[in-house]
Amino acid sequence: MKKFVCILLALFLLAALPLSCRAEEINGVDVSGFTGDYDKFKGQNITINVYNWGEYISEGSDGESLDVNQLFEELTGIHVNYLNFATNEELYAKLKAGGADYDVIFPSDYMISRMIEEDMLEKLDFSNIPNYANISDNFKNMEHDPNNEYCVPYMWGTVGIVYNTTMVEEVPDSWDALWDEQYAGQILMFSNPRDAFGIAQFKLGYSVNTTDPVEIEEAAAELRNQKPLVAAYVMDEIFDKMGGGEAALAPYYAGDAITMMEENPDLAFVVPKEGTNLFSDAMCIPKGAKNKEAAELYINFMCEGPVALANSEYIGYSSPNEAALALMDEEMRNNKIAYPDEGVLDNTEPFLNLDEESNVLMSNLWTYIISSNDNYNQLVMPAFVLGAVALSIGINVARSRRRKPK
Amino acid sequence: MKAKSPAYPYLAWMIIFIVAPLLIVAYFAFTDKTGAFTLANISQAGQFSPVLLKSVYLAAIATVICLIIAYPLAYILSRTKVRTQRMLVMLVMLPMWMNFLLRTYAWMTILENNGILNRFFGLFGLGPFEMINTQGAVVLGMVYNYLPFMILPLYSIMEKIDGSVIEAAQDLGCSSMGVMRKVVLPLSVPGITSGITMVFVPAVSTFIISKMLGGGGNLLIGDIIDLQFLGLDYNPHLGSAISLVLMVLILLCMSIFNQFDNEEAVLL
Repeated sequence: MKKFVCILLALFLLAALPLSCRAEEINGVDVSGFTGDYDKFKGQNITINVYNWGEYISEGSDGESLDVNQLFEELTGIHVNYLNFATNEELYAKLKAGGADYDVIFPSDYMISRMIEEDMLEKLDFSNIPNYANISDNFKNMEHDPNNEYCVPYMWGTVGIVYNTTMVEEVPDSWDALWDEQYAGQILMFSNPRDAFGIAQFKLGYSVNTTDPVEIEEAAAELRNQKPLVAAYVMDEIFDKMGGGEAALAPYYAGDAITMMEENPDLAFVVPKEGTNLFSDAMCIPKGAKNKEAAELYINFMCEGPVALANSEYIGYSSPNEAALALMDEEMRNNKIAYPDEGVLDNTEPFLNLDEESNVLMSNLWTYIISSNDNYNQLVMPAFVLGAVALSIGINVARSRRRKPK
Repeated sequence: MKAKSPAYPYLAWMIIFIVAPLLIVAYFAFTDKTGAFTLANISQAGQFSPVLLKSVYLAAIATVICLIIAYPLAYILSRTKVRTQRMLVMLVMLPMWMNFLLRTYAWMTILENNGILNRFFGLFGLGPFEMINTQGAVVLGMVYNYLPFMILPLYSIMEKIDGSVIEAAQDLGCSSMGVMRKVVLPLSVPGITSGITMVFVPAVSTFIISKMLGGGGNLLIGDIIDLQFLGLDYNPHLGSAISLVLMVLILLCMSIFNQFDNEEAVLL
C-alpha cells in the first residue's frame, strides 16, 4: 500500500512538473517575472486593434525573434488585430476621418502633442500599467506629454547622416555636407516635410519648432537651393539605395542606419555637430477605444523587459525601457549610434506640434519645392484650357458644316 | 421593360460606389473646414496648374507610345492562330498578375545607376547612363504598367474584323498600306478610343510611379492630391478640389478626343 502511494505520488509529481513549467514559460519565454493582471480577460474572447508602424514590432518571421503579439495572445487570451501605417499623418488622417476603431496606436512626439491638443487621446490609467516603472526617467515628463498622462514611450532615436565611406572622404559631421556641390546627384533627402525642414533649420541654427514665418521661409529657400543636388526624395527606399551604393549621403534615423550598416559595411553614421532631432514614439489609446483596459494591459505587456528587449533588437531602435537595457547584451548597449553620449543628446531638439498656420505654410512651401523645377508662366494653364475648348468647338463646327451640303 | 429589372443591382452599385463618392468629393471641394460653402479651394487648386499640365503632358506621351507599341502588336495578335492567340494574350496579361507596386519597385532596381541595365552597358564600356529619377523613367513606368490596357481593347476589336473584309480589299487591288489605312484602321477606331481612355486616365492621376521612378522631386498631380491627405496638414477640402479640377480636365480631354474619333468615322 505504501509502495502504491509512493508511486502514485511520484506519478502525480511528474505530471505536475510540466504543468507548472508551462505556466512559467510560453513559447520559450520565461513569463514568471511578468507583472500585470494578464489573466483578467481570459476566456472573454476580446479583440484589440493595434495600429503600429510597419516593421515596428518583433514578429518572429525570421525564425529567431520573438512573436510578441502571439505571446500576448497566449498569455492573456486577448486576440490582437495588428495593423500598419506608414506615416504619422496617415495615422492622423485615419483617426480624423472616423470610422476606424483602434485600441492602441503608436504616434511620434509631435503627433502626440497635436492629438492631445485636439482631444483625440484617452488619458491612461497607470494603475493598469505597473511596468511604466521600467521606463527611464529621461523619457518621462517629455515636452509633448508634460504630465505623463497620455503616452508610454516605446522607442527613441536620433537623426543623423548615413554616408558611404567609399564615396565620402572626410566625415560629414555638419549638415552643410548635404549642400556640398561635390556630391551633386549623390544626396538623398527626406521626403517627409517635417524632417526635411528640420535639417534646414538645424543648418540655419533655428529651432525646429519655430513658428516664425520668416524663419520657415528661409528654411524653404535652403531646401530649394539644395534641390539641384538631390538625387531623390525618399523614405523607406533609402534601404535599397544606400545599400546598393546609389548615393553617397542621406539623412536618416539612427536605428535604421544600424540596420543598413549591417547590410552594407561601407556605410557609416554621424550625428552632425549643429545638433539634431531627438524623436520618440509612444503607445497611446485614442478617444473612443472600445477595450481601454485590455489596451492598457497590452501597453503594460510591451513594457515587460524581455518583450521590450525583443522589440528593440528586432527593430534596431533604442529602447527607453530600463528593464530591457539591463537584459541587453554589452555590444548593443555600448553602441554609440543607438545610445549616444550625453553630449550628443544635450544638443538635440524634439519636434513639437506647430500651430495650424505654420503647418499650412510649411506644407505649401514643401509642395512647391518638390513639384516645381522652373519658373512657370501663370498664363499657360488658362491658355491650355481655352485652347482645348476652342479646339472642341472648332471640330464641332467644322463637322456640322461638312454635313450640311449633304 | 423586361430588360430593366436585372439592371437594378448595377444601378445600386453605381449609386453607392460611383455617384455617392463623387458627390462627397464635390461636397468637400466646395466647403471649408467649418462646412461653409467656399470657392477658395478651387481657386487654390489653380496654383498647381503647372503640375497638372506636366501630368497631362507626360501622360499624353505615355499614351502615344503605348498606342504605337500596342497597335501593330494587337494586329499581329489578332491574325495569328486561335491557339497561339490565347497564349499570347495570356503573356500580355502575365505581368498584371503581379502587384503594381512590386513591378514599379523592380524597375527601380533595373534603372538605377548601379542597376542591372547600367551594369549590362558597363560590360561594353558604355555608361553609366542616368536613367532613374528622370521624367523619362516616369514615362517608362507609365508605359510599362498601362500597356496591357491598350493592347487588350485593341486586340478584342481587331479580332472581330472579318478576315474576308481584308481579303476583299486585297482582291480589289488595294495595297497592304491601303488595307491598313482604309479597312483595318477605321474598323478599329472604337478599340483605339477605349484604349486611349484606359491608358490616359490612370496615367494622368498616377501617384506612385513618379515618386518611385522620378525621385520624388518631380511630383505629378496625383502626388499632390496624395499630399493633401497624407502630408503635413490634413486638408481633404483642397485635395478634393484638385481631384475635381483634374476630373473636369480629363472629361474635357476625352470629349475633344471623342469628337476626333467621330470625325474620322464620318470621313472614312
